[in-house]
Amino acid sequence: MALLRNGRLADDPWIQISGESPVPEGEPVILDYERWLEEKDRLDGRNAPLGVRLASDQPPSLIADDLARFSLVALEFPKFADGRAYSYARLLRERLGFAGELRAVGNVLRDQFVFMERCGFDALEVHGGDPEAAYAAAKGEITHQYQPTGD
Amino acid sequence: MYQYRDIDRDFVRQRVEQFRDQVRRRLDGDLSEDEFKPLRLMNGVYLQLHAYMLRVAIPYGTLSSDQMRRLAHIARRYDKGFGHFTTRQNVQFNWPKLIDIPDILGELADVDMHAIQTSGNCIRNVTADHFAGVAADEVDDPRIYGEIIRQWSTLHPEFTFLPRKFKIAVTGSPADRAATRFHDIGLILRKGGESGDRIGFEVVVGGGQGRTPMVAKTIRDFVPEQDMLSYLEAILRVYNMLGRRDNKYKARIKILLHETGVEKFTQLVEDEWRHIKDGPLVLPVDTVAAIRADFALPPYQDAAAASDGFEPARVANPDFDLWVTRNVHAHKQPGYAIATVSLKPVGGIPGDATAEQMDAVADLADRFSLGEIRVSHEQNLVFAHVRRADLFALWQALQAIGLATANEGLVSDIIACPGLDYCALANARSIPVSQRISSLFDDMRKQHDIGELKIKISGCINACGHHHVGHIGILGVDRRGTENYQITLGGDAGPDANIGTIIGPGFDDDGVVAAVKTLIHRYLDIRDDGERFIDTFRRAGVRPFKEAVYGSA
Repeated sequence: MALLRNGRLADDPWIQISGESPVPEGEPVILDYERWLEEKDRLDGRNAPLGVRLASDQPPSLIADDLARFSLVALEFPKFADGRAYSYARLLRERLGFAGELRAVGNVLRDQFVFMERCGFDALEVHGGDPEAAYAAAKGEITHQYQPTGD
Repeated sequence: MYQYRDIDRDFVRQRVEQFRDQVRRRLDGDLSEDEFKPLRLMNGVYLQLHAYMLRVAIPYGTLSSDQMRRLAHIARRYDKGFGHFTTRQNVQFNWPKLIDIPDILGELADVDMHAIQTSGNCIRNVTADHFAGVAADEVDDPRIYGEIIRQWSTLHPEFTFLPRKFKIAVTGSPADRAATRFHDIGLILRKGGESGDRIGFEVVVGGGQGRTPMVAKTIRDFVPEQDMLSYLEAILRVYNMLGRRDNKYKARIKILLHETGVEKFTQLVEDEWRHIKDGPLVLPVDTVAAIRADFALPPYQDAAAASDGFEPARVANPDFDLWVTRNVHAHKQPGYAIATVSLKPVGGIPGDATAEQMDAVADLADRFSLGEIRVSHEQNLVFAHVRRADLFALWQALQAIGLATANEGLVSDIIACPGLDYCALANARSIPVSQRISSLFDDMRKQHDIGELKIKISGCINACGHHHVGHIGILGVDRRGTENYQITLGGDAGPDANIGTIIGPGFDDDGVVAAVKTLIHRYLDIRDDGERFIDTFRRAGVRPFKEAVYGSA
C-alpha cells in the first residue's frame, strides 16, 4: 500500500487503529467511527492529530459537530463501484468546509483517481504498480470538465 | 442542432484515446474484467450473448445526415451491414470486435458523436420528444435542456458510480411523446413563476419499468430554468447517498422513492437543494441563449409555396393518402410537416436499418428535411422539416427503399427488445413474435381500420420492450425451460400514464399470436364509433377481452 498526496508519493505518519488496539499517545491516529464515538470524551485534550474513518454507509453528517477536532477524514470505498463517498467528499469540502486531509481508502483504482480528486479528495491510498506514473497518466487523459464541483 | 465547440471535440477525442488505453490494459491483463466492465460500459460497450455490442448515443434523438452516413459506414465496415435503433433513441451495433471499438469511437468522434454513458450505473444519454422544436403543441424546445443536461452529466465525478442506471427524459409538450413518467427523472417544460411566463419544469421522479413498474410522481410543480441543474444535482445526490446498493433489483430511484415515501423524499431533495440552489450551478442566461441559438428554427418558405401540389397528390394517390394520415404530423410552421419514416416494415425487425437504408435516409434528409433526422423512442425515424409540397416525392423515394410503411401507431408499429436472439438477459425471443403479429394484418387498410394500437414486446422482466405501457403488452418469460408469453392490457406511456394489467395465464409463441388476433377481433366487435383500442378497453374493462381469449368462466 502507498499513499498519494496530490499526486505524489508521500510518507504516511498516520496510524490506523483497528479493533480494540490501544490509542498510542502523541501519534497521529485514525479511528473508525464506532471507536471515535466510544473514545471521544476520553480523547479530549489529547496532544496529537486525530483522524476518523467512515464506512460507505456513514455519511459525514454523523461527524459534522465534531469536525473541528479532525485533521483527517478517511472515506471508504468498499468496492470501487460503491460511489457514496463521492457525495460525502463533496459535502465535507463544500458544505461543511473541511480543510484537512480527505483520504480515499479501500478499493481505490487509477481509473477513478480523477473523479475522486474532483470531489475533494487530496490523498489516495493505492495498491500496486507505479502510482505516481498512473496518477500522471490519469490526470492527462481528460482535460476538460463539463460541470463545476468544489474544484 | 447543437454544434460542437472546440472543447467538445477535444473532449471526445481524449475520451477515445483514454478508452484505447483501457482496452490495451485489459488485453494486457493489467485490468481485470471486473475493473474493465464499468469502464467499457461508460463507453457503451456491452458483452452480449454472442458478441460485444456497441451502443452509440444520439443525444435527445437528433442527428445530422453526415452523422447518419457515418453510422452506415460503421455498420458496413465493422458490423454485418445494419444497425438497430432503440427505444432510448440510441443506435446499437451488434457485432463489433472489442479491438476495433476504439477505432469505431474515433470514427464517431470525427462527426461529433460518442458512446459515452449509454450504459453503466451513471446518468444515461438524455432523451426527448422526437418532434422537439417543430411540434405545434410545444411550450419550448426540450433539446436545449437536453444538451445542457448532456454536458452537465458527462463524466460527472460524483455520479459515475450510482446505485443503478439513471435515465432522464425531457418533453416540451403536454402530449408527452418522451414517456417522461417512465423515467428516473422526467422534466416537463412549462411556463410558470410569479409572472406566469417564465420557462421552467414540472419535475417527476421515480418512474420506470423493469420488474417493478412505476409511474413517476411529481415532486415539484415548477423549477425555473436557471435552477434546473441544481435541482437535478440535489435529486442525484440524495439518490447516490441513500439508494439501495444491497440488491440490484431494488436499486433504482423508484424503489427509494417508494420506500421513503414521496413526501419525505421530496423533503430530502428540497433540503439538499436549498444549500446548492444559488451556487455555481445556476444556469447563466448567456449559456442558455447560446445553446438555444443552435436549435433555432431554420429559414422556412412561406406557407403557400411550401404547400404547392400537396392536396391534389393526396387525392390522386390513395396509398400516399394513407401514409399521410398516419405518418405525417402538424408542424409549427404553416406549409411544413413532420414525417415519420417507419422502421417497422410488416414482418420486419423493429428498429433495424441496413447501411444502404441509412445512407438513403441521409440523402433524403438533405433533399427534403434540411439535413436533419430524428430517432423516436418508438424506434422510428423522423424528418422534421418537410415542405408539404415535397411530401409526395419523399414518400415515393421512401417506397423505393422499403421505408414508406404507412403504419405509425398502428398494430404493426411494434416496439420490441432484441430478445433472446441477441440479449444475454432475455428469457424468450421478441423479434419473431413481433414479426408474426405484424404479419397478421398485411392489408394496410385493415390496419388503418383497426386504428391506433400500441403493441410492445419484451423478452424478459427487464422490460426493454416497454410491455408495461403497451395497449397490448407481451412479456416473454421462461417457464420450465420453454418460452412463455404473458399478455397485459391497458398500459399507456403518454400523459395518461398507466401500467398494463396481466389478463391471465401465458401462451406459447403460436398461442400468443392467436390471442392477440382474438383481442383485436373482440375490440372490433365491441368498439363504439371513433374509439381506439385503449378507449374501448378503458370503457369496457378487461372482462370482454379476457372472455374472448380464455372463454367465459
